Amino acid sequence: MASIVDAGSTNLQAPPPPEQGKEAGAFRLALRALMRSRTGFVGFLVFTGIVLVCFIGPFFTPDNLPSDTSKIYGPASWSHPFGFDSEGRDVFVQVVDGGRTVILVGFLAAAISTTIAVVFGALAAYLGGRVDSIIVTATDIVLTVPSIVLLAVLAAFYRVGSAWALAVILGVLGWPGLLRAVRAQVFSLKEREYVEAARLLDLGTPRIVLREILPNMSSFILMNFVIGMTNAIYAMAGLYLLGLAPMEGSNWGIMINFAWTRGAIFFEGSLGYILGPVLAICILQLSLVTMARSFEEILNPRLRNN
Amino acid sequence: MDDRKQPSGAPEPVLSVRDLVVEYRTGQRPSDPVHRAVDGVSFDLYPGESIALIGESGCGKTTLGLALLRLLPRLGRIASGSITYRKRDGSTVDVLALNESRLRQFRWSEAAMVFQGAMNSFNPVLRIWDQMLDTIRAHDRSMSKKEAWERSAEVLREVELEPERVLKSYPHELSGGMRQRVLIAMSMLLRPQMLILDEPTTALDILTQRAIVDLIHDLHDRLDFAMIFVSHDLAVAAELATRVATMYDGKIVEMGDVRDIFYRPQHEYTRSLINAVPTVTEDRKEVPSHG
Amino acid sequence: MADEPSTGSALELDHITQVFHTRRGEVRAVDDVSLRLGRGEVLCLVGQSGSGKSTTAKIASGLLHPTAGDVRFDGYSILSRGRESKKRFKEFRRAVQYVHQDPYASLNPTQDVFSILSAPLRRHRLVSSRSEAKERVAELLSQVGLTPPETFLPKFPHQMSGGQRQRIAVARALTVQPRLIIADEATSMLDVSIRIGLLSMLTELRKNLGVGFLYITHDLAMAKYFGREGNIAVMHHGRIVEYGPTLEVIANPQDDYTKALLEAVPEPDPDLARRKREARLAARAAQQSGVPAA
Repeated sequence: MASIVDAGSTNLQAPPPPEQGKEAGAFRLALRALMRSRTGFVGFLVFTGIVLVCFIGPFFTPDNLPSDTSKIYGPASWSHPFGFDSEGRDVFVQVVDGGRTVILVGFLAAAISTTIAVVFGALAAYLGGRVDSIIVTATDIVLTVPSIVLLAVLAAFYRVGSAWALAVILGVLGWPGLLRAVRAQVFSLKEREYVEAARLLDLGTPRIVLREILPNMSSFILMNFVIGMTNAIYAMAGLYLLGLAPMEGSNWGIMINFAWTRGAIFFEGSLGYILGPVLAICILQLSLVTMARSFEEILNPRLRNN
Repeated sequence: MDDRKQPSGAPEPVLSVRDLVVEYRTGQRPSDPVHRAVDGVSFDLYPGESIALIGESGCGKTTLGLALLRLLPRLGRIASGSITYRKRDGSTVDVLALNESRLRQFRWSEAAMVFQGAMNSFNPVLRIWDQMLDTIRAHDRSMSKKEAWERSAEVLREVELEPERVLKSYPHELSGGMRQRVLIAMSMLLRPQMLILDEPTTALDILTQRAIVDLIHDLHDRLDFAMIFVSHDLAVAAELATRVATMYDGKIVEMGDVRDIFYRPQHEYTRSLINAVPTVTEDRKEVPSHG
Repeated sequence: MADEPSTGSALELDHITQVFHTRRGEVRAVDDVSLRLGRGEVLCLVGQSGSGKSTTAKIASGLLHPTAGDVRFDGYSILSRGRESKKRFKEFRRAVQYVHQDPYASLNPTQDVFSILSAPLRRHRLVSSRSEAKERVAELLSQVGLTPPETFLPKFPHQMSGGQRQRIAVARALTVQPRLIIADEATSMLDVSIRIGLLSMLTELRKNLGVGFLYITHDLAMAKYFGREGNIAVMHHGRIVEYGPTLEVIANPQDDYTKALLEAVPEPDPDLARRKREARLAARAAQQSGVPAA
């Protein structure tokens, strides 16, 4: 038996409860989380800044960077903050140009893995029985496959065509962890009384999963989406470093790969060339992680600095 | 209608509360609105008395109980008023002026509290003996381990539990009723002069409830302490109280002898509370209400 | 419990047993329980926690399949398989609804009142347009005493008090026009002063709509108030120890456990409480000294 809750008698005016909450929609909650946590808000600003620079900045950079051999590994200066690369091109401009692909691939990979994890995790938990067994077994199989090895093997037999293909592959490999978490959450939500009431009213599985259960996990899903992005970006950086990812175009991953393979670590003046993309990725990840953490604070009130 | 004080010639009050105001902030920022949970409460508690604070959820009775021992949560604060406590030797203490260490000494040895639903908040990995020792040590460092053991056994016997068995047990090994008895025992460890109990019977089975109510009544008769208890259940108030205070929206709207309150309630709100309680016994007197 | 034909009775539990397998072995949560609830009747199921009353309620609502025994609705068993039975089960599903104990947990926090109440209406095609849904929802809100209805439509659960939430839960149960509502400790988490209000409202519904109630509670005083015109069944350790018309059982309890429960109810009457306590003490003293109680 539990303790007494608020009264609200019809003929007596009950005093108002001291706390007022706001609505529970995902985006409203996320915004509230960001407003509450200063670090989260800063992370959000930084992330927005990076997105703006990477998507609008390229309109202001020259289409073709001239290759100036006199400037190879040239030093940093105010007009060239990161110096020059192995072919004498401005690193800073490349950093501005190279963020788009990284962000888009991360976003797409996270979208794919989150969608798969949520849909199948929820169905597995809600329907139980054989459906659950099948999905869990499949998850375990994918989980035990070491993705780096798989990608190395894939790279040997099949040229990963473009960054989009990379996004799809990362998305398809990234869902097992989240699926288990979603499944666990849905298991517990399934037992809530309002879900039981929905079952008694015979509202039907699609409605129950989509309107009763998932909206109560919206912050959780949002947070994991952001984390999924950071995971995808890390995986991507690693793959580029190892040379297993498609090397066409120019992005931060490719820059890191070139810096490594062209021996930039051995030169004094080439610090900017390595630091540029690495710093960019780190700042992007940090902004994502602080945002995710402030979402987590909303979910888990005990984490708040009360 | 000043039944807050007894007629002259009576002993001095153990506790005097004057114009107490307790506020809760609804958010972290200074711009967030403030809610007055207790709005100017005054009353006296005399030795050996038992006062029931009754009212619906949200009326401020629990907040008042917590405020008397300055146990308010982070967002709560005592905004104004006074709480004066009289020790057994006659000296008075301004509870609101106590510093941290004196407050810790004050708590438990002069006044103790049994919290609402606390029977579910035991530390699951500590035995009862450890928790009793911790409690003693937190408020009175002068007791030796042996003395602490003896005192713990003594209070457990007073609540009709077997010390040898209970002290060695973990909380989950005891039933809800037994845990509530342990809590009551723990509150009596340092022989306080004043006990505050917050909803002592909520979340208990009716048979266990009966046992606990009888136990509290028995303890109050035999031992020397004054009691304030908070309850939304008027029947429990009728069983245990000598005086009753009805609270509504942070204020005491009526206070008086328990029989006066139940048989001749003056305030409309008190009347409606009493009339809302169903009973199994037919020969209960009907409370007259003005048409 | 006379042996009457099943016609006229809406819900019947016939020698129900529920056994749970736990780490500590077998637990007989419900042990050979039989109940009958006629159309528009009230049955109070009274017992302490662990008595099996909640498990019985779950079995009665079809959420739990009993280990043994039969559950019949309108004379037909709802436990059997087969296509005919499936159709009947669907009917049963709509005809028996539930009001839960915890008003904070029984409503979806992400949905507003209109959404909560219109979902079953639309799902079962009881309304054909949004405006019709609004009308019907307003009607339901009035029936459960939440007026003016328009103010409640956009509210979310956390914007309402416990008592109001319970009324929404009742309104939700009413959307599918049930024949029986199972109120599982529906008043236990509400303040004492508003329990009566809720139960009065339920009694009105019973009189106006002919809905029957299975009221689960540990509080005999509530059972007496709500079940005055019906029957009461007292459960202990999974078995029914006493069963009969409410007022009769309370006035003349036969079973020792029922007597103990009645004795344990606290009295909102100081003099009466004192008299009863003195009687208890005298009885205990007499028992201890071996003298038969006066």
